[in-house]
Amino acid sequence: MQKYFCFLSLLLLVAGIGTTPVTKASDSLKVISTAGIRAEEENAGLKLPPGFVALKVAENVGRARHIAVTAQGDIYVKLMGRVAEGKGILRLRDTNGDGKAEEITGLGNYGGTGLVINNGYLYASSDAEVFRYQLNDKGEVINPSQPEKIITGLINRRQHESKSVTLDKLGNIYVNIGAFSNSCQEQDRTPGSKGRMPCPVLDSAGGIWQFRADKLNQTYGDGIRYATGLRNVVGLDWNNQSDQLYVMQHGRDDLHRLFPDVYSEQDNAEIPAETMYALNKGDDAGWPYIYYDPAQHKKILAPEYGGDGKKEAGKDAIDPAVVFPAHLAPNALLFYTGDQFPAKYKNGAFVAFHGSWNRAPLPQEGYSVAFVPFENGKPTGKWEIFADGFSGLEVVTGTRGAQHRPSGLAQGPDGSLYVSDDQKGTIYRIIYKGK
Amino acid sequence: MKRISGSIALIAALMSFQHLPKKTGPTKSGKSTVLITESIERGKIIYLQKCLSCHQVDGGGVPHLNAPLDGASAVVGNDKAKIIRIVLNGMTDRVEIDGEYYSNNMAPHKDLTNRQIADVLTYVRNSWTNKASAVTAAEVKAVRAKNK
Ligand code: HEC
Repeated sequence: MQKYFCFLSLLLLVAGIGTTPVTKASDSLKVISTAGIRAEEENAGLKLPPGFVALKVAENVGRARHIAVTAQGDIYVKLMGRVAEGKGILRLRDTNGDGKAEEITGLGNYGGTGLVINNGYLYASSDAEVFRYQLNDKGEVINPSQPEKIITGLINRRQHESKSVTLDKLGNIYVNIGAFSNSCQEQDRTPGSKGRMPCPVLDSAGGIWQFRADKLNQTYGDGIRYATGLRNVVGLDWNNQSDQLYVMQHGRDDLHRLFPDVYSEQDNAEIPAETMYALNKGDDAGWPYIYYDPAQHKKILAPEYGGDGKKEAGKDAIDPAVVFPAHLAPNALLFYTGDQFPAKYKNGAFVAFHGSWNRAPLPQEGYSVAFVPFENGKPTGKWEIFADGFSGLEVVTGTRGAQHRPSGLAQGPDGSLYVSDDQKGTIYRIIYKGK
Repeated sequence: MKRISGSIALIAALMSFQHLPKKTGPTKSGKSTVLITESIERGKIIYLQKCLSCHQVDGGGVPHLNAPLDGASAVVGNDKAKIIRIVLNGMTDRVEIDGEYYSNNMAPHKDLTNRQIADVLTYVRNSWTNKASAVTAAEVKAVRAKNK
């Protein structure tokens, strides 16, 4: 039965989204800009809500982290790690309207994660610096070999090295500087080691720093520590409705391995929550002194600082706006402002989960894109899985086995949602084709 | 259950061997095969408690974060002192390992006994697709003595 259904949907897809008579609502036609685009058999392996289809725009492009799409539909992709000369950022172009990228060009000699388009500029980061490139009216980089270096000298000590970026409406750029530590222990990741008091990591990392988008060579002294107590934020986005910065924190690891007398393996798999925060200037989210327990709905004193799994702490630390299961590793956050998707998605948040490793020996989870409904810049309901199946496995026992790991999100000019994968280098495009 | 009673028998057998003069490496004799099997069994318990979180159930590590032990050239290599030092001191070198870099910090494990380090390394050298000679407590002792 299922096979028959797949075959049928495949037939419909091959017939072309724009021409199939079965796609009844005419308004679902108008949102698909290019009738020549073919969704793929079984939606490129993704499980999606009814009415959504997916295709792979490109494969094997490298460690694809954050992505952005121009008004013309070109996709910029930031690659991480060691990159080939002039291939730190890729531009993917669909030259014949079939939805696939036929032309791939590159620029930049640095690996990194952050990439965003804002107000005529492409911003991209290495693990220590942020650059920007002016775009012409076709969304092309005018001077690929001469970016403006706007921020330099940021801490990069292996761990949590990604420098993700987003901008507000006033010309400020926000940069995550992840903590080079799990829980600020005297000896990082070592069983029983105590937490440092106060945690010195917070002086230069473990928070979000604000800089000017148009000033050259800024470093710590030129920026301000906008928010602190954030262990590592990879996904962040500006919410234009509440005019506020939202971030996704990667919660701490290894409660069981480090404190086996307090936490079981099961506890470790479920605590602490991955958390979304709405930030205001000066906020403190509490790392490393506390973590958020998703079952107790409380901020709990970290065991490194004398916690026993129950003692509450962090009175001055902000509460999360949305609470997700432990260790899923949110690598991207995107507020959806398009008109293509059904109304419930408008202004809501998509979150790309890279997928866990710290749930072991329990099965790993995540490897998905979640959705949170928002109204007037505030979350209004429960989060749900939007796109799943990236791992290609029923059960992920070891992280190495996962085929694809979501790492970036972008919205196309027609309202399509793009998802990058830094494991196999696949760029997905998710389209709503109607019921 | 069967496995456990089997292990108890092996532990008893092993205890008696421990009074014998120590051999420096494995031989083809039946006695050392029993020793290795038992060492692997004990090493597995250490692995589950101390290493599995990062190196994973399948020894595959986590891409770009925690190095894999399964199929790693240093893990099955002849330079046992190198991997003994890594377990003792941890590893935060950011050196290339089989063509890749890993960004997490591996904690030191100086609190493990020589026997425990020998067991866990014998386990990782003989698990998943790995197959290599045992590491002995004497070898760990020698490396620890020279360790900074
Ligand atoms: C906190 C995570 C973590 C834990 C716990 C951990 N390791 Fe590691 N291990 C790593 C990382 C990360 C590396 C690579 C470090 C680097 O590149 O600097 C590594 C490297 C290694 C290597 C070298 C691999 C090679 O190919 O060169 C060995 C051997 C090893 N670990 C064994 C162990 C054993 C045995 C245990 C348990 C006693 C253990 N590790 C516990 C994270 C961990």
